Amino acid sequence: MFQILNDYSSQLFEGFQITLLSSLIALVFSLILGVLLAIFQISGKKSLAIIANIYVEFFRNIPLLVVAMFFYVVVPLYGLPLSGFVSGTLGLILYTAAFIADTVRTGILAVPNGQMEAARSTGLTFIEAMRHVVLPQAFKIVIPPLGNQFISLIKNSSILALVAGFDLMYQGDIIASETFNVFDTYLLIGLIYLVLTLPMSYLMRYLEKRWATN
Amino acid sequence: MEHFIDAYTWINIRFLLAGLLVTLQVSVLAIIFSFIIGGILGIIRYVKIPVLSSVIGFLIDVIRNLPLILIIFFTYFGLPNIGIRFNIFWSAVAAMTVFQSAMLAEVIRGGIVAVPKGQMEAARSTGLTYIQAMRLIILPQALKKMIPAIVAQFISLVKDTSLATVIVLPDLTYSARIIYSQDSNAVLPMFFMMTLLYFLICFCLSRLSISLDHRLS
Repeated sequence: MFQILNDYSSQLFEGFQITLLSSLIALVFSLILGVLLAIFQISGKKSLAIIANIYVEFFRNIPLLVVAMFFYVVVPLYGLPLSGFVSGTLGLILYTAAFIADTVRTGILAVPNGQMEAARSTGLTFIEAMRHVVLPQAFKIVIPPLGNQFISLIKNSSILALVAGFDLMYQGDIIASETFNVFDTYLLIGLIYLVLTLPMSYLMRYLEKRWATN
Repeated sequence: MEHFIDAYTWINIRFLLAGLLVTLQVSVLAIIFSFIIGGILGIIRYVKIPVLSSVIGFLIDVIRNLPLILIIFFTYFGLPNIGIRFNIFWSAVAAMTVFQSAMLAEVIRGGIVAVPKGQMEAARSTGLTYIQAMRLIILPQALKKMIPAIVAQFISLVKDTSLATVIVLPDLTYSARIIYSQDSNAVLPMFFMMTLLYFLICFCLSRLSISLDHRLS
């Protein structure tokens, strides 16, 4: 296993960077999209809520692979060729946004109604009240589940391996087919993923416990 | 638009449905096995046997934090290196079972923890042994609480089975790919039908989960 780590360190590092890059890009954009969707869902405007609900229900109930393959296989047929990295990351963004929307919506709804009413009665608009009063309180509630979403994102970014996205999993497949030492290669790749995900998962559990008691 | 309808020949539809059947077979087998294994692991975690419970807890954390694709690859390509060999279908079932057992163990432990402590104390004070109290009083109540979560896990199983296309499991995703790789006019219609089938199954299951949640609480 150390032999593989030694011989293929540059390939592994490249894969590691791509995995991290794809997950971070997907996190930023799915967070933006997810928060928007959540605000649509609770805005009280029926048309916005319906659009957001359809989005969330749709992407929650289809496999991530289908979304990524759509960008990799279908979209190029209509004149827009996308690389594996771009199609995989786009898939991750759209898919994860639906789950983030649910998390954020639950967080916002957990803030007592009176907070919004009180903020509105002081003359703040809906958006101001949301930004200065409700969202900061919802923040603490949603951080642990959002952290868990980020962990899922890192794990799910392995979907890039299926659309030639050169991520860690993809490099693992190449190394495995070159060395024929499949067992050790995947063990090593698994360890690298765990270095990223396991500490974060323990941190989120700790935060969840700490903030729950306050 | 003409091509769109043309792609839905009876042969293609039947091929897709055969793929869907494989998807469902793998998911159903995996959920049954992982319910049994996850149940045992969850109970061991709950009763806090020294060393064993923490070791199992750590293993569960490790599996939960690995990408499922890696587990699938490992099961099919890695395990033969140490002499364990499954065919494609059972590799998919085994990989899904390992991953879902870890997920369900936490669900089941959470379900047991959610049963009020007084239930166990009351059951013990009527003269039941610990195991009897667990079996007759605690577990039935816990099961009721965790049914919606188990249905949710089943939905992820149906979706995640698509990842087993990497080891050429002839599931719904793979069947669609076989059809559209032979005819570029079939790409969009096959994607549409595949998405629709996944959506219908998962959406109905999630509605079921919500209505069960309402009825049981």
